[in-house]
Amino acid sequence: MHIAEGFLPPWHAAAWTAVAAPFVIHGARAVVREVRERPETKLLLGAAGAFTFVLSAIKLPSVTGSSSHPTGTGLGAVLFRPPVMAFLGTVVLLFQALLLAHGGLTTLGANAFSMAVVGPWAGYAAYRIATRAGAPLLVGVFAAMCLADLATYVTTALQLALAFPDPVSGFLGAATKFLGIFALTQVPLALAEGFLGVLVMRALTQVAAPELQRLGLIKPDVAQEKIDA
Amino acid sequence: MRRHLVTVALALAVILLVALPLALNAAGEFGGTDGAATAAIESSHPHYRPWFAPFFAPESTEVESGLFALQAAIGAGVLGYALGVLRERRRHRPVSPATTATAATPDGDAATSAGPTP
Repeated sequence: MHIAEGFLPPWHAAAWTAVAAPFVIHGARAVVREVRERPETKLLLGAAGAFTFVLSAIKLPSVTGSSSHPTGTGLGAVLFRPPVMAFLGTVVLLFQALLLAHGGLTTLGANAFSMAVVGPWAGYAAYRIATRAGAPLLVGVFAAMCLADLATYVTTALQLALAFPDPVSGFLGAATKFLGIFALTQVPLALAEGFLGVLVMRALTQVAAPELQRLGLIKPDVAQEKIDA
Repeated sequence: MRRHLVTVALALAVILLVALPLALNAAGEFGGTDGAATAAIESSHPHYRPWFAPFFAPESTEVESGLFALQAAIGAGVLGYALGVLRERRRHRPVSPATTATAATPDGDAATSAGPTP
């Protein structure tokens, strides 16, 4: 989902930067507020950021014969709500743009919008819908991880289709082409990411039950049960 | 016991989802999708010139993969540290209903205000 440096026309780059900036600034303030108001969740915040950091560094093979990386933003979106991930995800993208020449500064806005804004919000929405419908926490986390991952890549495909419409078939043709590159490859990876998120969340309910209660993810009685188990 | 079985099953699912493509599609080149997108732009819009270049780009694919490994290592290190500290916090927290009550108060660190520690 990293659009390479210089690979968006200047006004597209500027527009996506303008769109993403308010989310990222709001996210930075959300992180500061989180740390100030609930200092005991600092470790979980670090864990959520680190999870995204690891996953976005690892490119995995997929059924289409190409490889791609997960995003890992769903977990943090469930734990801390999406604005926090808008900031943490952008930090990861900035690191990759500066040190790895992966993504870029001119495309940071577009990449932040897909991975740090749309992904976390889509994941959070999936989590809310699933748990509202009575699904257990872990099912919600699975849905969040999958959707955050997929939505990020679909967004990138649409951003590229907007910037580079097909000379013959226009935006739709280009969208089909870029979705073909990104979305299909991502399906098994999104599922793998979902299972990985469930593994991490299970570990967290074991070791961080009070913190998860403070975040409103589990009810006290459930936490007690986990501690006693 | 059942808990461990579920953990193993989940880990296997992750490994299979990643390993199966390699086994099923042995002829695949497994190039990155980001690179494929760039190539698609270059073929449909041959006159497009990237107007900005990275200030720093890894000299070779070896250096690049090393930097990616570094990124993963930093992330895994921080994640492991956080889980480790959380685990120790929990171990030193008395298991009683009072703990849950304290943890649910609007302010006060669950770890420090959870009452007497062993």
